[in-house]
Amino acid sequence: MALKRKKQPVFASPKKQQRSIGGTIMLALLLILMGTFMAFPLVYAISSAFKPPEEFFLFPPPIFPNNPTGENFTQLGMVISNMWISFERYLFNSLLISVSSTLLYLVIATLAAYPLAKHTFPGKNGMNEMITLALMFTPAITAIPQYIILAYLGLVNNPLGVLLPTLASTMGVFLCVQYMEILPNAVLESGRMDGAGEFRIWRSIVVPNIKPVLFTMMIFQFQAVWNTNGAGIIYNEAWKTLPAAMSQVATAGIARAGVGSAAAIILMIPPIAVFIISQSNVMETMAHSGIKD
Amino acid sequence: MKIKNEHSLVRRIAKNGVSYAMLAPFMICFIIFTVLPVLAAIGLSFTDFNMLETPSFIGIDNFVRLFQDDIFLIGFKNTMILAFLCGPLSYLFSFFMAWVINEMPKGLRVFMTIVFYAPSVSANVYFIWTYLFSGDSYGIVNSTLLQLGIIREPVLWLTDPSFNLTIVIVVQLWLSLGVSFLSFIAGFQGVDASQYEAGAIDGIKNRFQELWYITIPNMKSMMLFGAVMQIANSFSCGAVSQDLTGGYQSVNYSTMTILNYITDYGSVRYEMGYACCIGVVLFALIVLSKKLIFKLLKW
Repeated sequence: MALKRKKQPVFASPKKQQRSIGGTIMLALLLILMGTFMAFPLVYAISSAFKPPEEFFLFPPPIFPNNPTGENFTQLGMVISNMWISFERYLFNSLLISVSSTLLYLVIATLAAYPLAKHTFPGKNGMNEMITLALMFTPAITAIPQYIILAYLGLVNNPLGVLLPTLASTMGVFLCVQYMEILPNAVLESGRMDGAGEFRIWRSIVVPNIKPVLFTMMIFQFQAVWNTNGAGIIYNEAWKTLPAAMSQVATAGIARAGVGSAAAIILMIPPIAVFIISQSNVMETMAHSGIKD
Repeated sequence: MKIKNEHSLVRRIAKNGVSYAMLAPFMICFIIFTVLPVLAAIGLSFTDFNMLETPSFIGIDNFVRLFQDDIFLIGFKNTMILAFLCGPLSYLFSFFMAWVINEMPKGLRVFMTIVFYAPSVSANVYFIWTYLFSGDSYGIVNSTLLQLGIIREPVLWLTDPSFNLTIVIVVQLWLSLGVSFLSFIAGFQGVDASQYEAGAIDGIKNRFQELWYITIPNMKSMMLFGAVMQIANSFSCGAVSQDLTGGYQSVNYSTMTILNYITDYGSVRYEMGYACCIGVVLFALIVLSKKLIFKLLKW
């Protein structure tokens, strides 16, 4: 139960002991092999986005375009600019909903996870059990009742109707509770000794010590909300999200394969950006804060 | 005695006011947008509801019908195949790859995490597999096999019942490095470095011993989270089989999962009562499997 704070350089990874060079090479080879399997379809999607339509009908199909072109993106831009609403507005809607949902969720989820992990109060076990159970219920059939509730609250055709249900996600809370449970009680106790209230402990002791999980939650939440189509709840074109607009443009079929790939690539950029930002943080934070049971 | 108990319960609730205050914002959202809809869906599973007329209570008729439904049994079988193949494989794959990545130097680590995680980032980038396994000779797989002379004419990979479930499995594995993978990455980062140093002094000889004796015991919370998510996700998979191979429209229902069957009844036939009933059975299946698996693993 000792509280250790080891000072280590920020970029140092946990010190690797007992590493054989042969083993490292084997693992690296394996990583390259699996990496190729993982990356190939993505590379193909990116290269398809730059293929002119006629190259989809060549035999053998070229993996990389013979005459790379930005035509698919221009075409996508043209279709969207002919819509009622500009591309920027769709992007704005999506970013507004995703960013505000993610920030709000990080606050309310960590706030809820702290008592669920560290306090004792009547109903705690029941709540934890309910959250775990909710993880296993398929959203496919809750969509209709949820819609009825949104209609009752007057949130249909309102961006809040997309945003608020995303705050009810249990995955982040569950993950957070699991992680908070391993925080040593001694640290929290010392906070209490110093006269800090529970909210203060949450803000200055708990949250700073769960950073890797915070960033992981940030990725999950941003990505889930970003990929929310929301077309069933919002009819007003001015508030539709980017995925909803893209799915109107990029329907399946090989003739539109290029445009479809272009749309998919554009949609992947923001979550990947969030991912890169948070991952480089995850990988740095924990290496130098050794606070453990 | 009872009164005294209640009294102390009230007092205990009052004393823990701050805990409830912290829980309130999330719990309100959770109850309104998750608990109520789930309860409503469970309630609807005992009704006949076509989404136009008010639901009429029919008792357990839906459940009786479900267990005599041959097509549901096909969906059940496919879901079991996918869950029992993809579930454990994905879990081990996620854990193993997270560990291998963690063994690499830092710069490579971030890059490799992106490469492995990227497929799960986007909601629908797996559509690219339809072009790879396209049934004409313009698909990469067909054209490569044709050129090598292994096949004489293009194979209808996504339609032919002898191949399409396998392809769904491959694509599911491709998409599997998602939630559990990232939580493992975070878990590996969370292991205190000083424990490795102590382990080395205590005679840990190689990286596998280090993994077994130090890393895994320290990652229990993440592994538990990953397992729960993996079980829930494996049983409720369906997007890939629907979009790639037709799901409930596939030949002889060859790739239809329980989730696809729910979509069929919920969004196409508007038999919401029956759809909810299938959903409740799926939920029970997931909860039971989780209980069983956790019991077997003695968690």
